[in-house]
Amino acid sequence: MKRFLTILLAAFALNVCASEGGPPLDKFPKERVTDVAALQNGAKLFVNYCLNCHAASSMRYSRMTDLGLTDEQIKKNLLLTAEKTGELMKVSLDTRQGKEWFGAAPPDLSVIARSRASGAGSGADYLYTYMRSFYRDDTKATGWNNLIFPSVAMPHVLWELQGQQRAVFVEAPDPHDPKKTIHSFGGFEPITKGTLDKLAYDSAVADLVAYLQWMGEPAQNQRVRIGVWVLLFLAVFTVIAWRLNAAFWKDVK
Amino acid sequence: MAEMKEAPAGASLGVKTTVWLQNRFPTAFDEYRKHMSEYYAPKNFNVWYFFGSLAMLVLVIQIVTGIFLTMHYKPDAATAFASVEYIMREVPGGWLIRYMHSTGASAFFIVVYLHMYRGLIYGSYRKPRELVWIFGCAIFLCLMAEAFFGYLLPWGQMSYWGAQVIVNLFAAVPFIGPDLALLIRGDYVVGDATLNRFFAFHVIAVPLVLIGLVVAHLLALHDVGSNNPDGVEIKAKKDARGIPLDGIPFHPYYTVHDMLGVSVFLMIFCAIMFFAPELGGYFIEYNNFIPADPLQTPAHIAPVWYFTPFYTILRATTDPMVNVLCVFIGLAAVGNLIRGKGSIMLKGALLVAAAVLIVLMKTFDAKFWGVVLMGGAVVILFFLPWLDHSPVKSIRYRPGWHQLVLALFIVAFLILGYQGTQPAAPSGSGLELLSQACTLIYFGFFLLMPWWSGLGTFKPVPERVTFAAH
Repeated sequence: MKRFLTILLAAFALNVCASEGGPPLDKFPKERVTDVAALQNGAKLFVNYCLNCHAASSMRYSRMTDLGLTDEQIKKNLLLTAEKTGELMKVSLDTRQGKEWFGAAPPDLSVIARSRASGAGSGADYLYTYMRSFYRDDTKATGWNNLIFPSVAMPHVLWELQGQQRAVFVEAPDPHDPKKTIHSFGGFEPITKGTLDKLAYDSAVADLVAYLQWMGEPAQNQRVRIGVWVLLFLAVFTVIAWRLNAAFWKDVK
Repeated sequence: MAEMKEAPAGASLGVKTTVWLQNRFPTAFDEYRKHMSEYYAPKNFNVWYFFGSLAMLVLVIQIVTGIFLTMHYKPDAATAFASVEYIMREVPGGWLIRYMHSTGASAFFIVVYLHMYRGLIYGSYRKPRELVWIFGCAIFLCLMAEAFFGYLLPWGQMSYWGAQVIVNLFAAVPFIGPDLALLIRGDYVVGDATLNRFFAFHVIAVPLVLIGLVVAHLLALHDVGSNNPDGVEIKAKKDARGIPLDGIPFHPYYTVHDMLGVSVFLMIFCAIMFFAPELGGYFIEYNNFIPADPLQTPAHIAPVWYFTPFYTILRATTDPMVNVLCVFIGLAAVGNLIRGKGSIMLKGALLVAAAVLIVLMKTFDAKFWGVVLMGGAVVILFFLPWLDHSPVKSIRYRPGWHQLVLALFIVAFLILGYQGTQPAAPSGSGLELLSQACTLIYFGFFLLMPWWSGLGTFKPVPERVTFAAH
């Protein structure tokens, strides 16, 4: 049985390598998902920068009371396009317009953080890397390209915060074939300054991603809290069940 | 009508109620004795014997959570995806119910696979328990159908394209295939009609059959009595009252025993459900958080983990693999002609049948034979009671190398399962050869069982079960 379970576990552990190739993802600072101030800042960034083209149609504004905001605060600061806090986060841009203007309809962001997970990292890792990997590319219609989502239809919405950067690609000789060279990413180079410096921009993106991660499953923090109590209860119950079993089975000779 | 019993004068309310019920519904009392308090199970059950009652528990979890999900879910292509998110966000406790159901789906297969493995190692399918095993295999088949239909309902990308791929398999059936696929889908592509009929199958049709089969599985088991790790028939040695010497009443001994098993199981179940409900994309696939899009095929379509061994068998059946199978069929027929038992007429008939089969295999597409093998991998389980010719039931008293054969089979099954989660191996690659080798091991294990299971030196089986008091 032990041997069997070991094999089973090994089979599960092996499977993390489903990455699609491409540059590795940066690690999203996970602690932000339980940091209320970060989540509130993320909500502000989300409403101001994302919620014009992207909807989050499974999400109600009023749910942000879970982030320590009052209905009044939500109404005053975060309700830019809707009338009531009970409304869903919808936008007026429809799929057809999105396709005409950008070439692809902006996806709904309700569960975007959950859908972008892969063997390469969590969905939050992906978004955290994605929002920091835009670079200027004049060959694209929007003038922007993205390192981990090549030829993405979305322009760099946060460029005023980050500033503009370009990607440096280096050509190195291929060690296996002297006639060929390897085209690889050599880093970003700033072109213009943004209103935030690099650390502050990374932190702002981390807040935004924390919000997206939370919005993907608003019950997630509650889920973990309840889970701890359930497991504690089951641990106690297991001990009781074990002793009860022993009490009955002592008769069986 | 039976005589009415009278409660003694001055009896407590409890006793009076019991007598009242006994007079009006004696069947309930008889059945309770037959299946619980006077059902004598062997006293030497080990850890492998938890999984039957755990499967029952998961079945109940799935039915109860399923009922609550149905109250809020919308089987409509336009609103299905959003209704699942509605359950996750707006329905009080909805996220918990949904995660119980999604974790329960995978847990069901885990406990059922382990339950089947138990049957395999201790020969629980042998005479007189053939029907118990067959009902069990039918339950497994139903469970696969149930999981397949249910997986479409969240209407995510994997739901959609998974269903598309599987339904298209039926299109590979010669002559009637395309019409058959159309009949299943109810449309030319997977769409609203498909979602509605899959919903109907998932919430009522298959569960009804499933419950009926579970009842049959248990009734048949209780008629013949449980097997045990020693494979000894406990009914062979009875005391003066006709009770097996090695038997103990199911209630209370195994009810308290199973309570411990349930508790440990629930700890694992809840740890996954509360802390990692997606379990790294195995229990809930990440791509399924993207709404179904008929115009965008995902780069990598993988079925949920519990189907992957069978999916790999399907993918492993390429044209060269069909040639290999033809060679095996030819060799088997010729070998039977030379060495086999039976009349010359029978041998000749088998030779002709093999020749016809080879012609058919080369006539129809390899994809169709992949579907046949995938289905055959499940169907072959039904025949296990007649494939095993070992003189003893339990692996404990079989030759040591039988364990190695079994281990080889399990490893092949796990490799098939692992490969099914990965993108298809490139044609002609070592990985593809590995999946084909594992497919041959899978079928070889069963088809050659009549031969290998009788070979070797068997250990003496004890008269009574081996049991050390706790």
